[in-house]
Amino acid sequence: MKRIGTVLAVALSLLLCVWAQGALSITGAGATFPNPIYTKWFDEYHKLKGNVEINYQSVGSGAGIRQVTDGTVDFGATDGPMNDEQLKAYQEKHGFPILHFPTVLGAVVPTYNIPGVTASLNFTPEALAGIYLGKITKWNDPAIAGANAGVNLPGNDMVVVHRSDGSGTSYVWTDYLSKVSDEWKSKVGKGTSVNWPVGLGGKGNEGVSGLVKEQPNSIGYVELIYAAANNIAYGNVKNAAGKFVKANLSSVSAAASGAAKEIPDDFRVSITNAPGAQSYPISTFTWLLIPEKIPDAAKRDALKGFTKWALTDGQNLVESLQYAKLPKPVVAKELKALNQIQ
Amino acid sequence: MATSITSVPDAGPVVGSRSFLQRLREGDEIARLITFLFAASVVLVTILLVYALWHDSVLARHKFGMAFFRTSLWDPIAEQFGALPFIYGTLVTAAVALFIAVPLGIGAAIFLAELAPARLSDTLEFFIDLLAAVPSVIYGVLGIFIVVPLMRLYIQPALKSTLGFLPMFKGPAYGVGFLTAGVVLAIMVIPFIISVSREVLMSVPRDQREAALGLGSTRWESTWKVVVPFARTGILGSIFLALARALGETMAVTMVIGNTPTISASLFSPGYSIAAVIANEFTEATGDLYLQALIELGLVLFLLTFILNGLARILIVATSQRGSGTSHA
Repeated sequence: MKRIGTVLAVALSLLLCVWAQGALSITGAGATFPNPIYTKWFDEYHKLKGNVEINYQSVGSGAGIRQVTDGTVDFGATDGPMNDEQLKAYQEKHGFPILHFPTVLGAVVPTYNIPGVTASLNFTPEALAGIYLGKITKWNDPAIAGANAGVNLPGNDMVVVHRSDGSGTSYVWTDYLSKVSDEWKSKVGKGTSVNWPVGLGGKGNEGVSGLVKEQPNSIGYVELIYAAANNIAYGNVKNAAGKFVKANLSSVSAAASGAAKEIPDDFRVSITNAPGAQSYPISTFTWLLIPEKIPDAAKRDALKGFTKWALTDGQNLVESLQYAKLPKPVVAKELKALNQIQ
Repeated sequence: MATSITSVPDAGPVVGSRSFLQRLREGDEIARLITFLFAASVVLVTILLVYALWHDSVLARHKFGMAFFRTSLWDPIAEQFGALPFIYGTLVTAAVALFIAVPLGIGAAIFLAELAPARLSDTLEFFIDLLAAVPSVIYGVLGIFIVVPLMRLYIQPALKSTLGFLPMFKGPAYGVGFLTAGVVLAIMVIPFIISVSREVLMSVPRDQREAALGLGSTRWESTWKVVVPFARTGILGSIFLALARALGETMAVTMVIGNTPTISASLFSPGYSIAAVIANEFTEATGDLYLQALIELGLVLFLLTFILNGLARILIVATSQRGSGTSHA
């Protein structure tokens, strides 16, 4: 009897210790695109600081913005920056602003399936906009063939594939098309879901790549990390400097460096069609959304501590998961901005 | 969505013969109260659901009014929302599914209940129940990897060359679209039809069959002219259960329908359904009007299910008034 009592007491005190240790739990919600690296970061950071536990739900950028605005989570995450209207809604509800912190970089790549063509195709901005507007309907159209001398492109009808679910990937893709085509900008615009002029919709990266694999003479777009992880061949895109660039970690980082010089103080910037000869033009930041005022001091310090770690030591973990590192000047600017959180 | 409406259990002839306290002490009243609460909770959940959908779609309802049902532009950027292509897609895919599943399902149920040896019938029933329990995402995967290529390479070209003069079978064949979604849905709902119809057919009293046989009819005549009409109500119930599942199916449909809001007479054309667009766009819907338009779509789906279920009830009442099971034999 006595022994059981001792065992129980020990167990109880252990439980209390664990409970006290794990007392600080921070919750976040948002973008699915950076979920693999965030999960890794939270895990690694928990190993470093045993008392901080961060739970992240990858529910999508839109839901992340909604939940952080409603105040149901401590921080949000998004693939497209919040617009002025959303920022205003947040300010009005809470009385203080919410801040954007870029964490890693990603890219979106065109992928295609043309029987008999194994060469890596070159895409001009005009060709991509024309294809997605439904104006270019055949692979041997001069707008495509002109940039791919020596490749025998068929005259079959093209099957265009886009994402059917709302996603940051579509946001980046349409943001790019809006920048390079006035017609796209006025007719369709940019967003996580748009009214696509043509094409079939596939759910998720796997849905798009599945349809592209299944349909001969098709074209679609997927995230770089997805294409890399699944060995999917993808094309080169002509950047603002007029060079055809293949997406990889260095060309994506180059796009951020190209845009870093003019990065605004609130970090809400699109780096599609960025300047620089090495820049891959369909690249993007992904952001953490952190409120400017966090009343709970322990939570505030933990969240600031984590963000600081993710921007410095944490950056060494990102390339193993095919994300591109943030350029140094951006990190320096962000570390300064972290002090705004009170 | 269940087609049966749970009714408050009747306490039976005992009511009134004893005092309330007596009944309470013996547990009758407590059991009655508890089961009543359970039954009432079903109604309560339905009311709350409609209220939530109605309340959370107020912006969209006021902005678009009836135009929501008549227009087909769905543009989240310009904040213009029309539900017509989604309603069309939902109804067409469900109709295609039932067109395939009803004859197959009822035929199979008749074989299992009337003609097959009991052992074979029980074994097959086990597999059918297994099929009914498979998660819908599995059917979606099956659709993408097997049905879509089959459709694109064999079935759609065959339909085009034989029945291509019909507007239903015109246009480019991608493999994905209304027809494929309907076929995948049919595969999903057939187990429901077979399973329920078989139970209903087996519960037809023996003397009905014996009387028919006694009057000199053949085995098939007794099945087709006596047993099936007797079980008509239950069979219709199984069909409407299947319809409800087909209308609300999300995952498998979105994987094979092509996800393009179009209204086209051709079944080869890619389309979209209400459940699929909600699942696809809800998480990333920014902006109140956009979100509310999606919630209003949910309300429309609820309404569709409600109307079709209502029609089903009327049909059942109408057919059973023609004397199902009373004037036969």
